[in-house]
Amino acid sequence: MVVYGLLLLSGCMYAGVLIGDILGKITGVNSNVGGVGIAMLFLILLSDYLLERDLLSSKAQAGIQFWSMMYIPVVVAMSARQNVVSAVTGGPMAILAGVVAVAVAFTFIPMLSKIGAPGEPLPELEKKEA
Amino acid sequence: MMDMIIAPFTKYGLVMAFLIIGVVMYISSWISKLTNKRIAGSAIAIIIGLILAYIGGVASGKGSGGISNIPLFSGIGVMGGSMLRDYCIISTAFGARISEIKKAGAAGIISLFIGVISAYIVGVVIAVMFGYSDAASATTIGAGAVTFIVGPVTGAAVGASSEVVALSIAAGVVKSILVMIVTPFVAKPVGLNNPKSAMVYGGLMGTTSGTAAGLAATDPRLVPYGAMTATFYTGLGCLLCPSVLFLITKAILG
Repeated sequence: MVVYGLLLLSGCMYAGVLIGDILGKITGVNSNVGGVGIAMLFLILLSDYLLERDLLSSKAQAGIQFWSMMYIPVVVAMSARQNVVSAVTGGPMAILAGVVAVAVAFTFIPMLSKIGAPGEPLPELEKKEA
Repeated sequence: MMDMIIAPFTKYGLVMAFLIIGVVMYISSWISKLTNKRIAGSAIAIIIGLILAYIGGVASGKGSGGISNIPLFSGIGVMGGSMLRDYCIISTAFGARISEIKKAGAAGIISLFIGVISAYIVGVVIAVMFGYSDAASATTIGAGAVTFIVGPVTGAAVGASSEVVALSIAAGVVKSILVMIVTPFVAKPVGLNNPKSAMVYGGLMGTTSGTAAGLAATDPRLVPYGAMTATFYTGLGCLLCPSVLFLITKAILG
């Protein structure tokens, strides 16, 4: 059943967000610490386990894949509700701080990517419609 | 008559958001074809989204919430809200490879610390250049350059004025939007084409919305890797900025 995929996905989200909130409480931070990332790790580990034992039907998988294909449209909706007005009218200091912070971060990417084993570029793909 | 046309949009907000975003995606892929697919359809769609957000913010007189402030587009607030965004981000992890994540583990963690600290330093230096040289204000603006969530959290903790908190949010929003727009164009020169550099990128940029959109427009297959590290960034920022980094800043600025 397709909803079993959503059960798995929602369960991972719940566990991850709960742990993130607990981590936030423990560290005295007023925010969730890595909840979504932890949920992703759960999903990777659990789906790996279930797929290996053939316990995740193709319909259940389709339930998860639907949401991952909805990712780009949801991100477009997200961009449409950003506070762009505040960014544009924030004044020169806010704009400069944002721009330089991004520029500095990009210059670090090639440097930090050299740590550890080199990454393999993903194979060229014909761009699929999402 | 007008009311009747608009009513379904407010009554069935989320479903009508699918309609609106579907049209935006269609137009974007059409524009993308005009550029010979040199600019990805999703990048164009995100830019259209940002333009809509600006129009909505100006028209409603309230910037936060963008186009969703207008009743006709209220469903976009649900579709693009943090609940569905996070749900979709998590779902992209289905099919991500654990071996790739292990390979980038150390680099990912280091990039988180360098990402938070470098953005903070940039923010503090610029704050001081513009005359905000007391420790609380400089720290809050530095934290805003980390993300627009870390800014106000830090501001509340160190007792910054509301004007400074507003500036810190603006700095964070500029960063987030810039990451959305710039990423697909600089991906090639910085080597953002594999899971490992995507994890480093997520750790350095940190803004969840920025990296989510930036990677979507670059190569959707990289999304789970970048998103994974990025979600730890705001938490780390909230941890470091009001504590260690504030104390160091205070010691230097006096």
